[in-house]
Amino acid sequence: MYSAFLIKYAEIAIKGKNRYIFEDKLVSNIISHLKRVEGSFQVRKENGRIYVETEGDYDYDETVTELQKVFGIVEICPVILTEDEGFEKLAQDVICHINEAYETKNFTFKVDTRRARKNYPMSSMEISAELGGRILEAFPETRVDVHHPQVTIHIEIRPQINIYSVRIPGQGGMPLGSAGKAMLLLSGGIDSPVAGYMISKRGVNLEATYFHAPPYTSDRAKQKVVDLAKKVAAYSGKIKLHVVNFTDIQLYIYEKCPHDELTIIMRRYMMMIAEHFAKEDDCLGLITGESIGQVASQTMQSLAVTNEVCTLPVYRPLIAMDKQDIVTIAEKIDTYETSILPYEDCCTIFVAKHPVTKPNLAYIKKSEQNLTEKIHELVQTAIDTTEVIWVDAEQD
Amino acid sequence: MEAYLDNSATTKCNPKATELMVELLTKDYGNPSSLHRKGVAAENYVNDAKKKIAKTLKVQEKEIYFTSGGTESNNLAIIGYAQANCRAGKHVITSSIEHASVANPFGWLADHGYEVTYLPVNEFGEISVEDLRNAIRPDTILVSLMQVNNEIGAIEPIGEAGKVIKAVNPNTAFHVDAIQSYGKLLISPKKMNVDLLSVSGHKIHGPKGSGFLYIKDKTKIKPILFGGGQQKGMRSGTENVPAIAGLGVAAEEIYTDFEKKQEHLYELRGHFIEEVLKIDGVSVNGRQDKNAAPHIVSVSVEGVRAEVMLHTLEDRQIYVSAGSACSSNKPSVSRTLKAIGLKENLLDATVRFSFSVETTMEEVDYALSVMKEVIPKLQKYTRY
Repeated sequence: MYSAFLIKYAEIAIKGKNRYIFEDKLVSNIISHLKRVEGSFQVRKENGRIYVETEGDYDYDETVTELQKVFGIVEICPVILTEDEGFEKLAQDVICHINEAYETKNFTFKVDTRRARKNYPMSSMEISAELGGRILEAFPETRVDVHHPQVTIHIEIRPQINIYSVRIPGQGGMPLGSAGKAMLLLSGGIDSPVAGYMISKRGVNLEATYFHAPPYTSDRAKQKVVDLAKKVAAYSGKIKLHVVNFTDIQLYIYEKCPHDELTIIMRRYMMMIAEHFAKEDDCLGLITGESIGQVASQTMQSLAVTNEVCTLPVYRPLIAMDKQDIVTIAEKIDTYETSILPYEDCCTIFVAKHPVTKPNLAYIKKSEQNLTEKIHELVQTAIDTTEVIWVDAEQD
Repeated sequence: MEAYLDNSATTKCNPKATELMVELLTKDYGNPSSLHRKGVAAENYVNDAKKKIAKTLKVQEKEIYFTSGGTESNNLAIIGYAQANCRAGKHVITSSIEHASVANPFGWLADHGYEVTYLPVNEFGEISVEDLRNAIRPDTILVSLMQVNNEIGAIEPIGEAGKVIKAVNPNTAFHVDAIQSYGKLLISPKKMNVDLLSVSGHKIHGPKGSGFLYIKDKTKIKPILFGGGQQKGMRSGTENVPAIAGLGVAAEEIYTDFEKKQEHLYELRGHFIEEVLKIDGVSVNGRQDKNAAPHIVSVSVEGVRAEVMLHTLEDRQIYVSAGSACSSNKPSVSRTLKAIGLKENLLDATVRFSFSVETTMEEVDYALSVMKEVIPKLQKYTRY
């Protein structure tokens, strides 16, 4: 029915002289997303617009779903593009469009016309008024409501004439690759994939670090994290996943430090190692799924103590969100079902019955002195033996 | 070295069975219901498998019905029998340590107006025949018991139970879940007064997706699948000829030189138990002598969670189950271990070793040596 989509973007339009950089990114991101859809597509920029045109057969629903995953798109409007062959032909096309696009016609509408090409023989108001009349004639069950119409029929007179009335919400955000790269600390839980998705939505490319602790955690737990990364990659593009074997560090901390401080000290070393890989790969920040007060290691005191080991900024997009709101996003991006698979992750293996909730940095650092003998060597070994997995979205 | 000691979860398929199955998938691939010669050929394979299986149980060929495996056999036996005989009564009996594919059909019956009595077990996982005798009533239509428990290898007193059931209420049918016992014990449904008996193919080196239900002649049962009326309407659906033929081969094979095979398993088990008990903090659940199944050993290791034990062994190419494999993707406390009164701290510190006729003493020794090495290390890091 439609052979083209009009892609609308908002924030990019205000980026001044850099605007073309954002637009070009968006165009190339749309192209790479549409590679996952069967069909042949042309994506072109024209006067501050992006059009996706299709050639031959394509799957409409799949195409829309894929476009809805592209960061930076605010609205996707399936559009009819026609050459200007006079007003009569335009009226016919509009009637035909309404007939096909709406099963029942008892809606209120208005026609909104814009002329980018001012040499059209009628004014915008005239076109709207005349088309409105023709629509009422063709579909007597429709009614005009210029203030709160249920359907707005957009007519844009450009080099080609654009007719569209269906507007599908897009992801919003900024085009991927327009910001920089950040390192996500990815566990198997609900929060971290959501955090990665949210930061990536602002145009940020992702890398990820996962800590596993065989034999305390299983291959399935690792597979689960790879699967989660795949889901996030459907939005963020390819993710370089660093899988760190954390067992020996964890056992050493267990041996040498007070057990109620185990988790907090462990997290400090995780941040340190993640930051190591972040710096190595030119990431500009770390991303975590922490949220104030969610668990003992995410009280404000705990966050301050873990944060202290990093020099890169740590982005925590969920910091002020409630669990249910996080779950809602996880469901939307389809990570929830995977996240709740019951495989143990390394944070919970040796967790104390009553871990410290208000750690004091001085005490923690004092406990860490018990580790001086071997910890550097263990951290180095963990870094040296880290496995890298490139994860990309699953092709359906 | 690799040691696959998870044979109660599944076994490697017998090469002869595999070979035959490939042939039936690529050459003699007919549908037994077809009237032409390819159909007849396929039907002959099914009949041949039936004959082989009937022989292992000393029953009639027409009493064997092929299914997709143990779960379907149990469901057909329990649901099918209860529904066909609900006018005779709505009381049914089973034990408290049955596999989920028996326990859940009984749960379904309980939800649908039947009254279920669950028999307790002793510390070894065995029911008492006296309890059974007392539980049987005039309206008891069905008793279902497993012959060998899948988690600890307990052998239930099936022969005595059969006698008691028929003595107290001759109209009560007796179903036996023989999924862990077929191929490990000699089974005679006629002598044991068994009316229904479930078997799974892949536990005896047959293919997955194969199994059968022995239904004693003249036993009234309602099908649970409806369709083209294959297998006398008891189990509609085109017969899975390759799997059935593979199962036939595996069944014949496992009962050839049976005494020798069983002796081999008991030898492995006896040795394993003797040695593993020498490790500090290790205990064996259930009977340690020959009054338990020859191929299953349930081992509790104090201070080492089953999952950790399992992954540590896995790292050395030793494959075992945590508790019972069938529930391993849903970590929940085992009903069997609870029922035998295992100490709270050992409930999630229990792993199952299970042998097959192909398991060697070297593999067992290898597993033992690794356990002797790793258990003391793992016990150092206990969790809260």
